[in-house]
Amino acid sequence: MITTSEPTARLRPGEGAIARLACLVLQPVLTRVVRRVAARHPSLFARLGPHQATDFLIDPVELPFALHLRPDPQALVFRAVPRDATPQAGATIRGRFLLLLELIDAEQDGDAAFFSRDLEVSGDTEAVVRLRNALDDMDGSLAEETSAMFGPAGRAVLARLRRAYPDATKPQEYA
Amino acid sequence: MSLAELICPAGTPAALRTAVDAGADAVYCGFQDATNARNFPGLNFTPDELAEAVTYAHTRGTKVLLALNTYPPAGKVDLWRQAADTGARLGVDAFIVADMGVADYIARTYPGIRLHLSVQAAASSPEAIRYYCENFGIKRVVLPRILTIPEIREIRREIPCEIETFIFGNHGLMVEGRCSLTNYLTGQSTNMDGVCSPASDVEYVRDADGSMSSQLAGFTIDRFGPEEKAGYPTICKGRYTAPHRPEGYYAFEEPVSLNLSRLLPELIEAGVHAFKIEGRQRSKSYVRGVVRAFRAAVDDIKAGRDANIADLIALTEGQKQTQGAFETKKWR
Amino acid sequence: MAVKTMTKLTLGPIAYHWPADARRDFYARIADEAPVDEVYLGEVICSKRAPFHEADLPATIERLERAGKTVILSTLAEVMLKRERKATEDLAAMEAPEIEINNAAGLFARGKRPHRIGPFMNAYNEATIAWMAGKGATHVCLPAEMPAPAIAAAARNAGALGLGVEVQVYGRASLAVSARCYHARAHGRTKDNCQFVCEEDPDGMPLRTRDDRPILRVNGIQTLSESYIDLLPEAARLVADGVTHLRLTPQTVDMVAVTQVFRDVLDGRMPTGEADSRLAMLSGDAGLSNGFYHGTAGYRRIAAAAPT
Repeated sequence: MITTSEPTARLRPGEGAIARLACLVLQPVLTRVVRRVAARHPSLFARLGPHQATDFLIDPVELPFALHLRPDPQALVFRAVPRDATPQAGATIRGRFLLLLELIDAEQDGDAAFFSRDLEVSGDTEAVVRLRNALDDMDGSLAEETSAMFGPAGRAVLARLRRAYPDATKPQEYA
Repeated sequence: MSLAELICPAGTPAALRTAVDAGADAVYCGFQDATNARNFPGLNFTPDELAEAVTYAHTRGTKVLLALNTYPPAGKVDLWRQAADTGARLGVDAFIVADMGVADYIARTYPGIRLHLSVQAAASSPEAIRYYCENFGIKRVVLPRILTIPEIREIRREIPCEIETFIFGNHGLMVEGRCSLTNYLTGQSTNMDGVCSPASDVEYVRDADGSMSSQLAGFTIDRFGPEEKAGYPTICKGRYTAPHRPEGYYAFEEPVSLNLSRLLPELIEAGVHAFKIEGRQRSKSYVRGVVRAFRAAVDDIKAGRDANIADLIALTEGQKQTQGAFETKKWR
Repeated sequence: MAVKTMTKLTLGPIAYHWPADARRDFYARIADEAPVDEVYLGEVICSKRAPFHEADLPATIERLERAGKTVILSTLAEVMLKRERKATEDLAAMEAPEIEINNAAGLFARGKRPHRIGPFMNAYNEATIAWMAGKGATHVCLPAEMPAPAIAAAARNAGALGLGVEVQVYGRASLAVSARCYHARAHGRTKDNCQFVCEEDPDGMPLRTRDDRPILRVNGIQTLSESYIDLLPEAARLVADGVTHLRLTPQTVDMVAVTQVFRDVLDGRMPTGEADSRLAMLSGDAGLSNGFYHGTAGYRRIAAAAPT
């Protein structure tokens, strides 16, 4: 298991306060997203099996905060956490934000991202494999669903995000 | 005449629908237990999910093949029989089997359902294949990935059943169904439990210099430099040292994927009936990309056009691909 | 331990490419000194090696049989090439001695005539064993990775059908076979151009992890365990569960002394604890393991539970 805690190492002075603020702003959105997914895709939890109780840390490397997920249907946790206050995670998934988003939406292949070292996995590998397989069994796009929750403004943000990361959708770095 | 059917992996119901929509002629899948060789966490089908999947596939003209391709240990055979009973009740189009006891049960109980001989049975000669055909009425053999195309052509002449070959995906090095490497390190058996390098025993350890070690049950299977392409810690794709190789080398095979896209016309000509894409443990994204590419290629070849194979290298392990034994016996 | 003179000790085929004179000397000593009841001969791993010792086979068979041993000829585990198909067919055509079949091609050629089922045949369960018995199998060697409860269930059912039941109790476990020769690969050669480099490693070529931990042994196309299986402490339980034959596979240790230790334990002449210490000493640097039997990682050594 990887036990390094270097997320804090990437924190620059002043970022802590910004990160905390971002987390506060983001939290209601995350709560809505996760409740909606849970309601619409109940079979997801069956595939997680014993790892419904596992704490996942999803770490988008270029953002000032990480996401803490505990996919327990009785007590769902999905929250943004500043890097200097991340919980002890059972499993950590680390990569660029859009790559993580695309993995969730099955637009990218997780194994391929892992083989190319764009994605890093640490902690309980079985937990990550179960989460990956559970998410992969969802039809439709989580990103689209989420952005649609916020109407035209939400879709515009997603489109802008995708434009901002042109290389993430192309496998050019694999060549 | 070869039908050049495309046999596609389905690890989850969503992947199955993806494969069907992308043009699979048949999909193969398994239950969430030891009865199939991809008994991985969070993967595979409940009986209810399989029932829906069969309906989805059949409505669209796609066949469903159920993998029962592991070896029941003594005292646990009932689990495999029950899986066969369930599959028959749900209307699967064929069972993919390896164990003689399982094959015998299905042949006697469900004589109307096709039996395919799994690659896990390791039937690599006309005599071995004929043994299964004559005794269990096997309709199709999935050939081990160890034969050259001329050898496949010769086998075709001597056997009474169809041939299916792998064309893309994980490049297994060991004779399938004869490998206990995983059990030796982890206590979980590929043959009896359907497990290969189980995720529960996998750890990735990052070193201070940015390199990464992949470990299985505490054994270092490989170590990758900061920029080096990585692989899953499968024992047969690991790097080790030997007396003549103190620097460390891939003793069995490099992390590499099989890709026979350029050999499709030759395989068809050699009499291969069906092309199998490996990867029930891979994502929908992989299934969509690979099935679409091969669907287009097979359609082109059947129509007498040159096949334009999309570059699939991004989906290969270690970002490397090989034609393995199919191209040359020097591979051995 | 109760006297179990009924239990037979067998010597499995030599897995490695030992030079012809080493084989001759080895079997001469086995014939004269080793308390084994049955000896399996023949090349099981690589068809390219067979010509080196085939010429000696008749004399070796005669020598062993004169010493009162039952001789069985084992067929190749992998049958793909013409010469492998021919070798399998030729063995299957023999009336005597007995044959042990390791590939379905051999079953095809043998038809319903009597034969033994080798450890590469994947006879994991009672349904498969019953099927095989119906096709003329008289004896079955179970796969090395089977755990105790499965061995017991298989042995009970096979015994009821009148079959002999064999389990490997000593020596490296065969973990995998391949079409590719890993000995040749280690030396930058191909299988067709191997120059029989495997002869350099009479106990297999050691592989170590990159943090220098011993892990596996390579023997041509075969991959073996680094540790030797040792089921001496479990022998009484195996016998009680219906196993009739205990197989020792030849390693580069004093196999006469090794077989004597097993015989002494079976005959109640040596306490198991003392015998196992002696076996560890005879096995030199090789680690001893019994993990498969105890349903855990094969390389592990599980301490004996309270005697049953």
